[in-house]
Amino acid sequence: MAKKVKSSFINMVLTLTIITVVASLALGSIYNLTLEPIAAAKKAARERAIKLVLPSFDSLNSLMVMIPLDPSLTGQGNGDQDSLEFHRAFENGKCIGIAVSTFSNQAYDPTQIQIMVGFLPDGVIDSTVVTQQKETPGLGTKMTGDKFNGQFAGKNPATFKLFVTKDGGQVDAITASTISSRAVCDALRRAYRTFESYEKEGGTE
Amino acid sequence: MNQWQNFTKGFIKENAVFVLLLGLCPTLAVTSSAINGLGMGLATTFVLVASNMVVTSVKSFIPDKVRIPSFIVIIASFVTIVELVMQAYTPTLFDTLGIFIPLIVVNCLVLGRAEGFASKQSFLSSMIDGLGMGLGFTFALTLLGSVREMLGNGSIFDVKFATGDAILIFILQPGAFIVLGYLIALINKLRKTT
Repeated sequence: MAKKVKSSFINMVLTLTIITVVASLALGSIYNLTLEPIAAAKKAARERAIKLVLPSFDSLNSLMVMIPLDPSLTGQGNGDQDSLEFHRAFENGKCIGIAVSTFSNQAYDPTQIQIMVGFLPDGVIDSTVVTQQKETPGLGTKMTGDKFNGQFAGKNPATFKLFVTKDGGQVDAITASTISSRAVCDALRRAYRTFESYEKEGGTE
Repeated sequence: MNQWQNFTKGFIKENAVFVLLLGLCPTLAVTSSAINGLGMGLATTFVLVASNMVVTSVKSFIPDKVRIPSFIVIIASFVTIVELVMQAYTPTLFDTLGIFIPLIVVNCLVLGRAEGFASKQSFLSSMIDGLGMGLGFTFALTLLGSVREMLGNGSIFDVKFATGDAILIFILQPGAFIVLGYLIALINKLRKTT
């Protein structure tokens, strides 16, 4: 049993100062040490996601594309970003599809959800993969599963209504997670809207 | 009390969730499936062992009146370090457990063991206490998660054993309270008879 150290103003201030300084030094150095591996891991994860949502390709060209305003949501803007990251994929010099990194701020958890969606040149969704979400475990997290994501593959948003059935669309929502399902639809609509306007300006040639 | 008893007390006799009722917030929040319970439990165990070891090493330098803020800074630093290191070197594991890591800071089990045990005991005892309490916590969370997943989703560790609709309420928040209540009653019954 250690005997207790008597508390005086000096030693209390000193102890707390030393502990916080040591803790900040430790955190600072760990942050610096892990900065590069974390960036590398994120880049690898992004590339893995692109490979998942598009047919095989040999080179990639990334650019930022402005999100056009949604005419049905006047004055609401685009969330907290004004552009999406487009990854154009080429096979033997021919564009075989575009992976769009899209997002939604309307999920159940305040954390933004991020989705990588692969469009073929004609606008058909090749497949989608959720790259970031913090939804309720066991409920909203099902948005990452094949059962929910699978329904988007091979659909063209020009004819396939990207709203949950409850809102008059054609997307089967996750049981008890309508909000999460709506957020996914919101993200996909934003991606398609941006893809469409990009195409109009002569995107995929 | 020998070290074996020190290690095993966390499982039933002084189980954090069923008996001490410590750390209930993450317990109720994340146990919607067995794998979530297991993940949260293991992450907490790691932080518990590490913070117990540090707290017991510095206990003789810390004035009594500022011990709690000191312990909290130590625990929070550990949690942040764990989060950064996992993100950098085990990104797949971080994808599964990542959302639970920040929750560990507010888990009163960790502070409770630092204050109630590690600040008074030897290095070895504190380490074993952290491991025992942590694994006991893991056991409780996995049990709770398994029961909720079986009733609410008809599966265990993501392996389906029943088809058709399950009782969804067990996966929702009220289910956590209902299952926890029955499990506490069961464990109390077991403790009385043995």
